[in-house]
Amino acid sequence: MKIHEYQGKEILRHFGVPTPRGLACFNVAEAVTAATELGGAIWVVKAQIHAGGRGKGGGVIVAKSLDEVRVAAQTILGMHLVTHQTGVEGQVVRRLLVEEGAQIEREYYLGMVVDRESQRVALLASSEGGMEIEEVAKHTPEKIHTLRIDPVFGLGETDAAHTARQIGIPEASIAAAVLVFQGLYRAFVEKEAMLAEINPLVLTAEGKVIALDAKFNFDSNALFRHPEITAYRDLDEEDPAEIEASKFDLSYISLEGDIACLVNGAGLAMATMDIIKLYGGNPANFLDVGGGATREKVTEAFKLMLKNPGLKAILVNIFGGIMKCDVIAEGIVDAVREVKLTVPLVVRLEGTNVDLGKKILADSGLPIISGADMADAAQKVVAAARGQ
Amino acid sequence: MSILIDKNTRVMTQGMTGKVGQFHTLGCLNYANGVNCFVAGVTPNKGGQNFEGVPIYNSVLEAKQQSGATVSVIYVPPAYAAAAIDEAVEADLDLVICITEGIPVHDMIRTRYKMQGKRTLLIGPNCPGLITPDEIKIGIMPGHIHKKGRIGVVSRSGTLTYEAVGQLTALGYGQSSCVGIGGDPINGLKHLDILRLFNDDPETDAVVMVGEIGGSDEEICARWIKDNMKKPVVGFIAGITAPAGKRMGHAGAIISGGQGGADTKLAVMEECGIHITRNPAEMGRVMQKILGASK
Repeated sequence: MKIHEYQGKEILRHFGVPTPRGLACFNVAEAVTAATELGGAIWVVKAQIHAGGRGKGGGVIVAKSLDEVRVAAQTILGMHLVTHQTGVEGQVVRRLLVEEGAQIEREYYLGMVVDRESQRVALLASSEGGMEIEEVAKHTPEKIHTLRIDPVFGLGETDAAHTARQIGIPEASIAAAVLVFQGLYRAFVEKEAMLAEINPLVLTAEGKVIALDAKFNFDSNALFRHPEITAYRDLDEEDPAEIEASKFDLSYISLEGDIACLVNGAGLAMATMDIIKLYGGNPANFLDVGGGATREKVTEAFKLMLKNPGLKAILVNIFGGIMKCDVIAEGIVDAVREVKLTVPLVVRLEGTNVDLGKKILADSGLPIISGADMADAAQKVVAAARGQ
Repeated sequence: MSILIDKNTRVMTQGMTGKVGQFHTLGCLNYANGVNCFVAGVTPNKGGQNFEGVPIYNSVLEAKQQSGATVSVIYVPPAYAAAAIDEAVEADLDLVICITEGIPVHDMIRTRYKMQGKRTLLIGPNCPGLITPDEIKIGIMPGHIHKKGRIGVVSRSGTLTYEAVGQLTALGYGQSSCVGIGGDPINGLKHLDILRLFNDDPETDAVVMVGEIGGSDEEICARWIKDNMKKPVVGFIAGITAPAGKRMGHAGAIISGGQGGADTKLAVMEECGIHITRNPAEMGRVMQKILGASK
C-alpha cells in the first residue's frame, strides 16, 4: 500500500529523521494559511499524488511570497498531473504539501527494499540524488552502494557511517546521516514496508541531513497489525475498479486492452494475458478469482469486466484444482444471465469435473464459445474481439 | 526415484483441524499411498484428538517423536504461519512445505534468518506443494491430472503448474516430481535448488521450469543450468504483458527498479540453452519436440 509524501514524512519524523517543516493542505486558503504559519520567505508547494516524477510534471513549485503560494496552489490543485508513473491521463491532484524552503548544499539518494537474494532488507545509497535510481543503476551502477542488513543486529553505526562516507557525505555530517539511515531502517521494519525512498536526501548549508522527499510502500499482508498505516490509505489515488475488486477479494488490475480475462491463479492469469497478446489481441485486465471462487465472486468479476466501456470480448480460463469446473460453470451461467452480456464470451475449462462443467455451459443455451485448450480459447477470443 | 518425497515419506500436518487443513488433508490421504504417509497432525491444545484417524499432537516435536514424521505441511493462517515454520525448524525436520498465502514479508525475513545453519529445507510459502505421482501428494494440487513418469516440473505458480502438468500428461509424458516453490519474494528453495535435485535424480530425464516476473531467480538458475545441467530444460515466464510497478497477484510478481521483466529473463534463459517458449500453451509440445529429437 502506497501513501503520500506528507504522510511518509510524518512517519520519518516519528523515527527521528529530520524533514523540512510542512503542512498538508486540501485547498488554496489552507495553503496560504500554512505558508503564513510556517513563516520565512520561501516555500515549496508540492502536489501529493502516489506517483514519482512530480517535479518534472509541473507538480512542484517554489514560491517566494504568499501571493506566489496562492498562485502555485491554484495551479497545482485539480491539475491532471502527468508523470512517467501515472500513464497518459495523469492523476488529479487533491492534496498539497506546503513546506519551508531548504538551503540545499548537496543531494543524495537513499532507498530501502526487501532484497530477495540475500533475504534481508537492503539499504541502497547513492551520491546521485534527485535522479531516477533505475537510470543510475543502468548507466553508473558503481555509484549505488548496497548494504544488506542483519535482521537481528539491525543497522549498526559503523556500517551506516561507512555507507554515508561512500556516497560522499562530509565528515562533519556523518553522525547526522547515520541517524537518518538508522531511523529509516527502524521505520521500515517496525511499520513493515516493502519499499522506501528518500530522494533526494539533502545536505543543507548548515550541514544538516534532511529528507526532502519520502516514498513508502507497505506490505499489504501486514496491515492487519498496523491500523495507523491503514488509516493513511487514500482511495482517490487508487483505480476504482481495483477498489471494487478488493471488496470481493478479487485480485484485479486494469490494463489498456479490450479483451477482459477471468482466471484462477495469479501465474495462469498472467500467462492468459500473455497468450492473448501473442495471438494479436490486447488484454484489458489481470483478474485472479483465487482458489475458492464462489458464484457470487464470479458474478462480481463479470460486472467488473463489463464496466470497461471499450470491452470487445471476454475470456474465462479456468484450470480447476480445488475449484471445481461445475461450480465455475454455474457461476458463469448465473453471471451471464444477471449482467446481460454485451460482448462475445469464450470459456476454457480444464481440471476437476471438467465434463460436468462443459455440459452445464452447453445446456444453458447461452451463446458461450467453448475453447478446447488455452491456445484455442485465446485464438477464438482474439477473433471474436475483431468481430470475426 | 523422485526428488524430496516418495511413498516412504512420513508427514505431519500443521493446522490440520482448520477448514482448509481438513479439506486438503483428506485430499492427500486419498491420494496414492496417502493413508500410510500422513501420520500426524499438529494443533496446540487439541493433542489426543484425531482427524480421519490421524492422531493430533500439541507440538511438532511431540508429533515427530510419537509418529516418526520428518516432513511437515503447513496450512496455518498467515499471522501465525511463520511461527509454525520456526517450530518445524526447531524440531529439526527434514522438509517443511508451507502452503499458506499472505504471510507478512518481514515475518519471513526473520524466519529465514533463523533457518541459517539449520538443515531443514523449506518449500514455499504461498505454494501448491509438491507431488510424486502415484506415490504421495503433499499440498493442494489436483492429483488426478498427474501421471507417473520421467519429467520434472518446477514452478512459482499454482494453476500454471497444473497447466504445464496437464499438457505433459495429455501428450503422454508422466512426471517424476512436481514442485511449486511459491510466489512470495522471501521463500525457501528456489528454481536453482530444485533443478540441482532433478539433475541428480536418475529417474528424471528432462525438466519444465515455469517462472514469472519479479526478482532474478530464473536468471540465476539459467546461468547454473548453462554450466551444470545434464538434462534438457523447457522454460516459460509468465508476465510478458505485465506493466512495471504493478503487483500481479503474487507478492513476488512485480517488475520494479528495472528488474524482473519477462523479456530479460527469457533472453538470459535462451542464452543459457534453455528451450524457451513464449506461448504458455506450448510447454508440453516443446518438450515433445526435444524428447522426440533425442530418441
